[in-house]
Amino acid sequence: MSGLNKLYNQQKALLSGREYIGIDNIDGPIIMVRNTHPVGYRDLVECVDAGGRVRMGIVLDTSVDAVAVQIFEGTSGLTLPGTRIRFRGEPLTIDVTERMLGRVFNGLGKPIDGGPVPLGSAEMDVNGLPINPTERIYPRDFIQTGISAIDGINTLIRGQKLPIFSGNGLPHNQLAAQIARQAKIRGEASDFAVVFAAMGVKHDVARYFIDSFEESGVLENVALFLSLADDPSIERTLTPRTALTLAEHLAYTCGKHVLFIMTDMANYCESLREISTLRGEIPSRKGYPGYLYSDLAELYERSGMIRGKSGSITQLPILTMPNDDISHPIPDLTGYITEGQIVFDRDLHSRGIYPPVAGLPSLSRLMKDGIGEGMTRGDHPHLASQLFASYSYVQDVRSLASVIGEEELTSFDKQYMEFGQEFEQKFINQRRDEDRTIEQTLEIGWHCLSILPPEELTRLTEEEIDTYYGR
Amino acid sequence: MKERLIGRVRRVNGPVIEAEGITDAMMLELVRVSDARLIGEIVKLSTGKAIIQVYEDTTGVAPGNNIYGAGMPLSVELGPGLIGTIYDGIQRPLEDLAAISGTFIQRGIQAPSLNRDKKWEFTPTPHLAVGEKVTPGSILGTVQETERIEHRILIPPGGAGSGTIAWTHGVITEIAPAGTYTVDEILASIQPLDAGTEGQSITAAMAQRWPIRTPRPVAQRLSPGIPLITGQRVIDTLFPLAKGGTVAIPGGFGTGKTMTQHAIAKWCDADIIVYIGCGERGNEMTDVLTEFPRLIDPRTGTSLMERTVLIANTSNMPVSAREASIYTGATLAEYYRDQGYHVAVMADSTSRWAEALRELSGRMEEMPAEEGFPAYLPTRVAEFYERAGYMQTLAGSEGSMSIIGAVSPPGGDFSEPVTQHTKRFVRCFWGLDQLTGQCPPTRPPSGWTVIRNILRMSKPGGTNGPVTAGSRTGRRS
Repeated sequence: MSGLNKLYNQQKALLSGREYIGIDNIDGPIIMVRNTHPVGYRDLVECVDAGGRVRMGIVLDTSVDAVAVQIFEGTSGLTLPGTRIRFRGEPLTIDVTERMLGRVFNGLGKPIDGGPVPLGSAEMDVNGLPINPTERIYPRDFIQTGISAIDGINTLIRGQKLPIFSGNGLPHNQLAAQIARQAKIRGEASDFAVVFAAMGVKHDVARYFIDSFEESGVLENVALFLSLADDPSIERTLTPRTALTLAEHLAYTCGKHVLFIMTDMANYCESLREISTLRGEIPSRKGYPGYLYSDLAELYERSGMIRGKSGSITQLPILTMPNDDISHPIPDLTGYITEGQIVFDRDLHSRGIYPPVAGLPSLSRLMKDGIGEGMTRGDHPHLASQLFASYSYVQDVRSLASVIGEEELTSFDKQYMEFGQEFEQKFINQRRDEDRTIEQTLEIGWHCLSILPPEELTRLTEEEIDTYYGR
Repeated sequence: MKERLIGRVRRVNGPVIEAEGITDAMMLELVRVSDARLIGEIVKLSTGKAIIQVYEDTTGVAPGNNIYGAGMPLSVELGPGLIGTIYDGIQRPLEDLAAISGTFIQRGIQAPSLNRDKKWEFTPTPHLAVGEKVTPGSILGTVQETERIEHRILIPPGGAGSGTIAWTHGVITEIAPAGTYTVDEILASIQPLDAGTEGQSITAAMAQRWPIRTPRPVAQRLSPGIPLITGQRVIDTLFPLAKGGTVAIPGGFGTGKTMTQHAIAKWCDADIIVYIGCGERGNEMTDVLTEFPRLIDPRTGTSLMERTVLIANTSNMPVSAREASIYTGATLAEYYRDQGYHVAVMADSTSRWAEALRELSGRMEEMPAEEGFPAYLPTRVAEFYERAGYMQTLAGSEGSMSIIGAVSPPGGDFSEPVTQHTKRFVRCFWGLDQLTGQCPPTRPPSGWTVIRNILRMSKPGGTNGPVTAGSRTGRRS
């Protein structure tokens, strides 16, 4: 039996050099080739058009009769008889190296900044492999972003995946760039890198990030993977995988702390839906494929800290919620996979508050283990809990005020209204270049809480109130 | 049974493979695909053809690749050494996999579920001797598995899967004396006395196999009468759960399903916890792995890991293994139930399992029912929850398996199919609400317990101590 297999493998190796002239069917980015030798699932395909341009693709479906191939650069200009196909007999890999930092690539990992192709130091499968849960280290290191709305009440932890749920026209890019500029681990000069994957975003957004990295002088530590709005949509399904492959190399081989920013997840999911529809798959919610959850998980789970490795990947995916709807499948499934979410609120934005982080729906699941004595400050967990509880009551008071009028509120409720104002204007609101230390953040938090009578602060201990209240 | 060539790959579509040239395969048979030896299972059979669900990434599998049949259904290995181990969805020990392939789980790697070299101290049941009559499922002897768990070695019930004989009574022809043995060493031989079993014999070792999709047999089902004390005030007071009961915990993301499950896994008064992380976050499993060994069980003073089996099939691990993980967990739990223990199964999250069903069904091009879910979703949900119960075991003692399943409704909408069908088949429902901001965030109006009226709080004056099986006087069903 093994002899037969060996023979089969030899045959396969020979066949991988074979070229087929002519294809049978083109449907959007998917082409069909009939009467081929046995082709492996997800194998790499080279597709040469009549003009000699080589495009990359992967096998989506393979059977004895026909092979379906998804072409990443799009199929425009391909002809049925004039297209030549080569099956490479290996999965899609990219050459990754530390030297990719400071460079700009397309979604397939080819340089587009005019420079030479960097000499790779490792060839890695872009699909990655699942991390063994026993090999993970539970993330605990506090990252100071200098942004009160994050550090104070939705703390980012090294190795966490914390998405920004935003809407069109909201300043999510500014916030992501600010985090990339300011993020640091206190008392530690760490070896850091930023990997940035843009999927279907506009040119000016990409420009904004490049300029922002340049201004803060970190550009040589940033690798950009750009698949912009006018690039073939199919390329977007590969962009985050290529970028993550580099991020994994930097983190787990080179020992760097990688901040991974990807934008915009909504565009990525739409590309997936496009392919799924073309393939005639049974849709689940809103036409998105049933495997959207698994597919997103394949991306988001490629983060974290690993035993015995000094590097880490912290993910900051950005997604614009279609119609600001948090129950839309994309934010919904993302929320089930990621460790919390930073949710933007259009109302806060229209009142001029930056960053417009909605207090209640935002959450950091890893916060509980990364703050407190020895990590930030002893009163931090209780203070965050108290701010959340009091701000939650403010929402009740506001809805009451919208019915009976603010004048009719009790003086007690008016204090809460005042607290809400102060919390939004002083605590959440900050300048776009303001880098607050965690102590400053906590101080502002106490300043806001001091508006309320101390007996209302039920989540803080008496010692904490004695030490910090009203100072 | 020896592995044999049963056919070739015809088509590959994600985790679903169409095979041709199939000669003697059986339904739900365990198979290995291509040279990479990817583990799969036959889910459909027709003349000469089969559909195979593969539990690993199928990248590189090509038409014409060989398919080998294992001659038995997808099974788990049962025996001492399960407790404290972390497995993936098809019972591969993750720590051993890490020793083989490092940080990342490579494809096609294998490791035995139970440690082959470790020797266990075996004490035979006193009255057993050659010539003694025994029945399937009776206790052959004991092994101290952890400080607190006495592992009872059961005579394999048989009758499930090919190669095993169905028998109802037999006589011991050989039995090993007290001593140390590995899990593979044969401890006893039994001559069945049923008609048609002449000349055949049953051998019992510490390790036995059981197919995951077949519930293990019991003597009879009893009606659940003792509460499972969860240690959560709002639950124990208002919506108590019986030992052998089933509960669904639905809630949108961030409402605290996992936190509630963790809390119950830590402090409930079950003897054994089987925690299934089905399609959830890798870091959550790491949290359990780092936290449980450090926590001390107030009832026994030993580490919580001493009573816990973990099954981790995180969201980025193959989708078909996610589908299997629920059954793997249930089978391990049933095995301990058959030894006379009260087992609580935490399934987090059953929605991910249902979505895995949907994904596989879509790949098999089946006609969808609601929201793309297959029409057999309610059947599968019912089958899973019905494996729970308060049972009289074949050995004559009483044991229970309770299922605490988290449900993650998309958009927090409880009218979606998984929540709706789960509600039909569970006995308790703990609706979580984000606004309560308490832990656990159960909101009283959205929870219910059907069996509340038949539960008796059998330990007056406190809920700290374990409620023993002897204190139950429930009606027989």
